[in-house]
Amino acid sequence: MSSTRCAACKHLRRRCPSDCIFSPYFPSDNPQRFAYVHKIYGASNVAKILQDLPVNRQSEAADSLYYEAHCRIKDPIHGSVGIITLLYQQIYNAQTQLSKIQAEIAVLSANAQTESKYQQQVEHMPNFDANLLPQQKGVYDPSTWLYQNGL
Amino acid sequence: MASSSSYNCPCAACKFLRRKCMPGCIFAPYFPPEEPQKFANVHKIFGASNVTKLLNELLPHQREDAVNSLAYEAEARVRDPVYGCVGAISFLQRQVERLQKELDAANADLIRFACNEIPTGLPATQGVNSLHAVAAPRQRPVRIGNESGGSFYQTPPNFHLPYPLSWNDNNPPGNIHGGGVDGNI
Repeated sequence: MSSTRCAACKHLRRRCPSDCIFSPYFPSDNPQRFAYVHKIYGASNVAKILQDLPVNRQSEAADSLYYEAHCRIKDPIHGSVGIITLLYQQIYNAQTQLSKIQAEIAVLSANAQTESKYQQQVEHMPNFDANLLPQQKGVYDPSTWLYQNGL
Repeated sequence: MASSSSYNCPCAACKFLRRKCMPGCIFAPYFPPEEPQKFANVHKIFGASNVTKLLNELLPHQREDAVNSLAYEAEARVRDPVYGCVGAISFLQRQVERLQKELDAANADLIRFACNEIPTGLPATQGVNSLHAVAAPRQRPVRIGNESGGSFYQTPPNFHLPYPLSWNDNNPPGNIHGGGVDGNI
């Protein structure tokens, strides 16, 4: 019989049987992992959760239990729910920002189209040549609204 | 005249545990008798004594939030025994990453629009608005998450999140109560 006990059996100060439910997921080189899980859930609850799962899902379950226990120890009030709340808030903020930017882009795009149309109109206007204006025959008198013959 | 009874209706916890609900029961304020499932879930996942220890380590005004978050986690674990709340966290983290990419792309588009020049034949004094006069580009792209630019929260060491999603838009985790929390672990 191997004398190496898993972290759970070391923590619980008991013999580690060959079919120990904890040993694949709580190796002896990571005592904190089982300590956290034990503190929050208790050994028997963890064993029940793992035993109710098919073997190929037990590793992921152990990982997620450790993660949640870790969250709860770091934040005893909110645990992993605090992270969920934070994520929801970040998603809301990001969606709000995205909507604002998209609205700005829509305005800029509309302005650009208006500019483009105006440019097209100007380009099609005939060229203006001052030499084509008729020569002024006299001097304009504002008091009579008439041109006085300069001749 | 019958004297007024001092009988206290047992809380959901004491009903479940089949014990007398004493005045000052630590569970009574948070596990009303009309919500038996709430305590049943919490008891199944955490156990009554662990919950008692957790609550005793908190100040009285913190306990309601703690119980609500424990109840939420317990229900998540009952629904999804493999991932529990971590499934929701994984799903939401993916959404955050997707939105960050969309924000980066939108910011790049905005800068491109703001800096784009439209060629014009008019003299500058005509007073025609050009795109140079339109909204200035943002000072810096909008980022979500930590200013350091890394992932918004740090997962514990030796923990990876390549999980298939058991939480999806059709099955949201439900309303979340609680204040802001430092996401760093």
